[in-house]
Amino acid sequence: MSIVGIVIVSHSPLVAQGAADMVRQMVGDDVPLAWCGGDPAGGLGTSVEAIMAAIERAWSDAGVAVLVDLGGAETNSEMAVEMLGDDRAGKVVICNAPVVEGAVMAATEASGGASLAEVRATAEELYAS
Amino acid sequence: MMTEAQLREAVLAVSASVAAHADELTALDSAIGDGDHGGNMKRGFDAVAADVDSIVAKPLPDALKAIGTKLVMTVGGASGPLYGTLFLSLGRELTSAPADYAGAFRRAVDAVAARGKSAIGQKTMLDVLYPVADAIGAMKPKDEIVAIAHAAAEATRDRQAIRGRASFLGERSIGHVDPGARSSALLIEAIAGLLP
Repeated sequence: MSIVGIVIVSHSPLVAQGAADMVRQMVGDDVPLAWCGGDPAGGLGTSVEAIMAAIERAWSDAGVAVLVDLGGAETNSEMAVEMLGDDRAGKVVICNAPVVEGAVMAATEASGGASLAEVRATAEELYAS
Repeated sequence: MMTEAQLREAVLAVSASVAAHADELTALDSAIGDGDHGGNMKRGFDAVAADVDSIVAKPLPDALKAIGTKLVMTVGGASGPLYGTLFLSLGRELTSAPADYAGAFRRAVDAVAARGKSAIGQKTMLDVLYPVADAIGAMKPKDEIVAIAHAAAEATRDRQAIRGRASFLGERSIGHVDPGARSSALLIEAIAGLLP
């Protein structure tokens, strides 16, 4: 049974890497995890190409949950998911959750073997509560 | 039908206009957003211009899709997928209905609205693109279309932002022209000479 992958997308590579470090420390190494941050020129922003590459790195047959920060990260992530093609796009979800807490919660849920829908629901509860 | 030379002229006109107004777009974005719109747009359209030879060698719908893909991959901010979607959708629409420019443009603007989960009246690029779609549909002369685009961009000044980063400012977003609306008007002006 494969474990759902987690992708962290932030405008800042430092934020993305830092969130990924927290996931690794709190949840361990079993969860496929990748992060990206920064625009194509290395400034603050996000890059569709980098997001697609991060999804590839964290790929799991169980699916991939993407955590994003501000607006452009979400829009760019949606575009990246679409550009993966129909087969893979159906196995990637973008969670409506805070990026750091969402990544930790999603990874925790994923590490226990939860489905993509369960991982997403757990991350998104953070905004519901 | 647009010739290769006209398409080249349009691509270069858009990238030149974006480059010439990059500082202005960034200043507008600094007032109500994150101050990267000019730089992001310039990077995207510079990349498109650098690829102009391979773009104009394609049939128009494929050329539009190539422009869209290039923008998605290079712009960086939210405007990358939004402008990218505009061109990708235009290309797709013109593939299925090559003669229906007005319908293709409107459906491409609808696709941008869906991508941005936004609608007209929320102080975004849609506030320019929808009136332009109406004007194209009504077969207005190109000078009038350009005037409508600029007036529509200017009208965003008095609106409060509902979508995008500027919406964080609430009422304080009022009093500034929306940078995406401004860049949309510049884009329409640059390609207007080639509208049928």
